[in-house]
Amino acid sequence: MAEEVAAGAGQQGAQETPGAAGPERGDTAAGPRDQGIASDGPAAGGSAAGGSAAGGSATSGADGGRPRTPSRRALLGWGGAGLALGAAAAGGATAAVESGGGGPGAADAAAVPFHGPHQAGIATAVQDRLHFAAFDVKTTDRAEFVRLLKDWTAAAARMTGGHTVGHGAFGELPEAPPDDTGEALGLPPSRLTLTLGFGPSLFTKFGLADRRPDALVDLPKFPGDNLDPARSGGDLCIQACADDPQVAVHAIRNLARIGFGTVAIRWSQLGFGKTSSTTPDAQTPRNLMGFKDGTRNIAGTDTKRLDTHVWVGAQDGPHWMTGGSYLVARRIRMNIETWDRTSLQEQEDVFGRDKGEGAPVGKAKEHDEPFLKAMKPTAHVRLAHPDSNQGATILRRGYSFTDGTDGLGRLEAGLFFLAYQRDVRKGFIPVQRHLARQDALNEYIQHVGSAVFAIPPGVRDGRDWWGSTLFGKSDD
Amino acid sequence: MRAARLSAVTAATAATALACVTGCTQKSGADSGDAIKVTAADTRCDTSAERTPAGQVTLSIENKGSQATEVEILFPDDRIVSEKENIGPGTHYTLTAEIKAGSYEIACRPGMKGHGVRQKLTVTGGGGSTARDPGADRAVAAYRTYVQEQADQTLPKVKVFADAVEKGDLEAAKKAYAPSRIGWERTEPVAESFGDIDPEVDTRADGLEAGQKWTGWHRLEKALWQDGRIGPAEKQLAGQLVKNLTDWQARVGKAVITPSSMANGAKELLDEVATGKVTGEEDRYSHTDLVDFKANVEGAQKAYELLKPVAARHDAALTKELDKQFTALNRLLDTFSKGAPGSYTFTSYDKVDKADRKELSDAVNALAEPLSKLAAAVVAR
Repeated sequence: MAEEVAAGAGQQGAQETPGAAGPERGDTAAGPRDQGIASDGPAAGGSAAGGSAAGGSATSGADGGRPRTPSRRALLGWGGAGLALGAAAAGGATAAVESGGGGPGAADAAAVPFHGPHQAGIATAVQDRLHFAAFDVKTTDRAEFVRLLKDWTAAAARMTGGHTVGHGAFGELPEAPPDDTGEALGLPPSRLTLTLGFGPSLFTKFGLADRRPDALVDLPKFPGDNLDPARSGGDLCIQACADDPQVAVHAIRNLARIGFGTVAIRWSQLGFGKTSSTTPDAQTPRNLMGFKDGTRNIAGTDTKRLDTHVWVGAQDGPHWMTGGSYLVARRIRMNIETWDRTSLQEQEDVFGRDKGEGAPVGKAKEHDEPFLKAMKPTAHVRLAHPDSNQGATILRRGYSFTDGTDGLGRLEAGLFFLAYQRDVRKGFIPVQRHLARQDALNEYIQHVGSAVFAIPPGVRDGRDWWGSTLFGKSDD
Repeated sequence: MRAARLSAVTAATAATALACVTGCTQKSGADSGDAIKVTAADTRCDTSAERTPAGQVTLSIENKGSQATEVEILFPDDRIVSEKENIGPGTHYTLTAEIKAGSYEIACRPGMKGHGVRQKLTVTGGGGSTARDPGADRAVAAYRTYVQEQADQTLPKVKVFADAVEKGDLEAAKKAYAPSRIGWERTEPVAESFGDIDPEVDTRADGLEAGQKWTGWHRLEKALWQDGRIGPAEKQLAGQLVKNLTDWQARVGKAVITPSSMANGAKELLDEVATGKVTGEEDRYSHTDLVDFKANVEGAQKAYELLKPVAARHDAALTKELDKQFTALNRLLDTFSKGAPGSYTFTSYDKVDKADRKELSDAVNALAEPLSKLAAAVVAR
């Protein structure tokens, strides 16, 4: 932990307290539900230890699970160099204490470590709420962009710890707007994670053309796609997940505000209700079609499968992506009303699982090994299963969404599908090719938004910053 | 147009210690112990003092009435020094304002309308104005001149517009509509501070209250573009517009302007752009929104340029960023220009597609965010 001690002197006010880990707490509350398009990622055992993004590797120093005290009091500005890890003077107020009564429980109040070899928000336990935002870069000045990445990193480290950004939401000059927008004052960290990604279009800027990873391909057009350009693409993305929607929205709002002039939000999506989990021992969540989803998603503790299917390995290249991953985001609209009029038998045939238990066709229990040949050839689970796709496996982390109604009296609802993988060409693309052609579910869904991002490795410590492996050499 | 009065002239903020409103005062006395108690009720407005020393004046307001009320401190000409709207029945509020010596009125307006119940307030002495920043004073004086010039230049253009309407010349009236608004839009936060004039001249259809008669520019805009006809009512309204704006021209020079209200006024002009022009709501019949847009930006830039020497001393990075973002926004606006550089001939806003509106919106955000920090740089010590 020594290495994490804040670079900046005078930041001893750090409110992060070493102590009992967030990770374990994290899972207890997480009810997994996984769903995505592919509802069957094989899951190796794995206990419900959600947390650790650090899949296996030594949780480098300070971050190894420390709940931070939730007080959202500002101590330093986002320009500040170090994020004041460690050096925590205050007694280790634990999350349990902080969450107080009335909240969603101690586990939900805890902070998820921001620093580590992998970004949080991928293998860490899936929270209940999402605010996802895609940004376009507005500057041509590389140094300005790097400055933003550093400012964002500092703000993110503070917010995930339950603190305000900058000098806080009140108490400074009355003539000036406060640094922090204030709506998260008094709320616990709520397991907020912030995960940054770089879209393909970013690599056409800042002279980055030769640094674009081969695995970051533009997604092909799949049959049935009806993509809205205004809900697709983006130079950057930030995925904010938290157990309290206000905490997630506060995070995106404040990051967008810090970014004005350098970046602009291109589109964003709110999600409620996780449809996948990385904690297979907890109850599997259901999607808006009423089916359990992500029964066999990759567990956050299954370092072997994470290393095989999710994290970019050192041998994969490019070097700057080692420890990172690739994210596919798809806005999948569901034809809710027609689905609801579909007979139970057909609904179960479409998925290949029963509705109540979630057991595969011909099996008794949800977690029984599916016998694919017993399912209809067009069953969703069968088509999405790794065995039907040369082993292609993705980590799903999607959320249900409902954006009101569509003007025709129908719910504007569906699944905001998020999937992490080591290589998009060996993950989402083969699976979706298969599904787009044959999936019986296609009658009830439509893909209306799409984006793909390279997710750089984690921010190592208080001196590191988002994207340093890509931008650091010449700009640091 | 907007509903709330703006800070460009109000020289006050609510319930906070003012760092520097009338040009950097270092005020010591006048603590909350000296607060004037104001008891507002449905038919009463009782105050605990009729005289108070100049400087920071605090009103401790209690609404004992049955409906929400509004309490204002007013100049003799009804300009608002400071106000608090929507004080609910049974609630308290503390209103603080920096006030110079002179005669004022405190008004309680039950139901937040009408003339209200008034009490006299005499503010004595020289006021706690010390340690003035001469650079800031110069900026305020120059801005005051600018505001007056804008009004002076606007009146002839308003008369051209009104004459065309009165002659029933539809095309000439349409042509004169947008130019007649430019001076007003450039100085909107100051112009709007005259709470009686703004609703008369710049209310949009959606801003009307039940029973309110719709007058002013936008009422005529609808007649010209949507209805395509000029009747006796329109001719009468054109004359009234000239009358109201002549009143504005006569009074605008007396507006209370401070360095921080100038700075925040600049930001408010960008707010106007963000909420009214980028959306196409302001000139929904004529689609001349980009003319108002340009005028708002020019007015903001004028206030900024005047304050820049003061602000740059405290925050050079901020003024550098503002220079850059003003340039970027002006350059983007120029791409919609259809005339010579600097002219006011713009693409009709209904022809500006969603992607272009997004570009404009992004550029406005990019400027408005740092502009919101200008006041702090101006008052910094």
